[in-house]
Amino acid sequence: MATETKTVELDGLEQFRENLDLKLQDKHNENLTTLNLGPTHPATHGIFQNILQMNGEVIVDAVPTIGYIHRAFEKIAERRPFYQITPLTDRMNYCSSPINNMGYHMSVEKLLGIEIPKRAQYIRVIMMELARISDHLICNSILGVDSGAFTGFLYVMQERENIYDIYEEVCGARLTTNMGRIGGMERDLSPKALHLIGEFLKRFPKVWAEFEKMLTRNRIFIDRTTDVGAISAERALSYGFTGPNLRATGVDYDVRVMNPYSSYEDFDFEIPVGSKGDTYDRFLVRNVEVWESLKIIEQAYKNLPEGSYHADAPHYYLPPKQEVYRNMEALIYHFKIVMGEIDAPVGEVYHSVEGGNGELGFYIISDGGRTPYRLHFRRPCFIYYQAYTEMIKGGQLADAILTLSSLNVIAGELDA
Amino acid sequence: MELTNENVLGKIIEQFGEENITDAMNPDGIMTFQTNRQTIHELIKYLRDDKELQISFLTTMCGVHYPEQKDKELCMMYQLHSLRHNYRLRIKVYFPISDPVMPTLTDLYAAANWMEREAYDFYGIVFAGHPNLIRILNVEDMEYHPMLKQYPLEDQTREDKVNTFFGR
Repeated sequence: MATETKTVELDGLEQFRENLDLKLQDKHNENLTTLNLGPTHPATHGIFQNILQMNGEVIVDAVPTIGYIHRAFEKIAERRPFYQITPLTDRMNYCSSPINNMGYHMSVEKLLGIEIPKRAQYIRVIMMELARISDHLICNSILGVDSGAFTGFLYVMQERENIYDIYEEVCGARLTTNMGRIGGMERDLSPKALHLIGEFLKRFPKVWAEFEKMLTRNRIFIDRTTDVGAISAERALSYGFTGPNLRATGVDYDVRVMNPYSSYEDFDFEIPVGSKGDTYDRFLVRNVEVWESLKIIEQAYKNLPEGSYHADAPHYYLPPKQEVYRNMEALIYHFKIVMGEIDAPVGEVYHSVEGGNGELGFYIISDGGRTPYRLHFRRPCFIYYQAYTEMIKGGQLADAILTLSSLNVIAGELDA
Repeated sequence: MELTNENVLGKIIEQFGEENITDAMNPDGIMTFQTNRQTIHELIKYLRDDKELQISFLTTMCGVHYPEQKDKELCMMYQLHSLRHNYRLRIKVYFPISDPVMPTLTDLYAAANWMEREAYDFYGIVFAGHPNLIRILNVEDMEYHPMLKQYPLEDQTREDKVNTFFGR
């Protein structure tokens, strides 16, 4: 009996290997090794599995498997009232949640036809650019870690903590922020928040300059990253690249400039582009983008307009709590909004924002009910991660790790 | 040439005929029209290669399920973008769920590969000619396509399920 069981097991294993071999090329070449990278490898910074076929140290082919943290957000969203979908968007790109939150809010506002006051738009810009800084900061410092420089990572991590302190003051949460409301912000910037942002603007440039100095002209770093994981502009466009990864190849597409939203047209900033589309270019583009984000925050902080921090849209924006206890109208609206009894108009909207990794789009079909009929997220990571196989082919294993870090693939956004 | 909804639509209708390009509308500033399965591949190829239009960036695509519409239960939405002219365009194709076959776009756009696998995974739409049409986000041995409307989410208030380990 024991031997029988053993045979069955072996058969299963054989079957598994055969299926795997069918996926990989050159299955009869005996010099090749199959290597399983991930799903929980410490160097992949997230749950990605790649089954690599190696010829010595050189990668011949790769089969990526994704979906390890798929949470069916698009399905869940079809059951929830509009305001309850914001927490789902936090968990997509969790390195820059405020951008996701506000991108979603703006899409819904477009569907409802709500005009947002200038002050709320500027506050949003400040928070979105802080989020972009924290996103790029993680990506670039992790790239340093993967190429052997741990110091910079720990050093700038302190600044991410400070950004999270600002989030905490503005919305009460640090990582999964659920910041803002449909119709504006939930509260005005407090004096403490303004103080923290001012302090950050004073302190951060020095820190970032020092971090840049450590890596940008570092011989070892340049040798490790130049010509690693390069992709041409044509291939990048065909693969649907957006964001810093596309700009590193030399295409100057940025949603903030091309389709300005939330008053981005008021600010003066530049779009950095690379030339070769390799890991070093992606690093440089992100570095410069952090400086540009700082410029935007400074301008918005200095010229913060007076006025209301939310739109006058009582059907969709929660009334102040004091009102709810005293005013009949406010009580009714509060109840209807919280219970999700507010119907959205029939319509169809696509709105996109420049997320940490590229064009983050929200496609909403509304049939006039309390929930969206269909909500589709255009997740930049999901779309460009399919180029990974092509980018690492012919390179070495250690370079594949660097390429993955520099693409800044966030597992939550990849799998949604 | 400045691209506007009128002249782009005129050009497309001139090329493909009025019977293939229908129901043009403008719900949110992005022109939306319908076409059919015979035309879609050729149409997207034409938009990509035409020197004047250069609508050559596939922004996104997704499936939609309308169980009430007879013989038009499934819809595939394609959204394209001309980075040269900053012009966006949305194309929809409706088809019956009994015959959920669409032509693949993987030969035109490399990005279409995973997007089509996602649509297959969620809605069971089969893309003829796709090089590797398997599930992408859900497990491979799943027996249904979960985004179809006949599969409701689990009721959060149900009481018949006892699972002491997960605190339900």
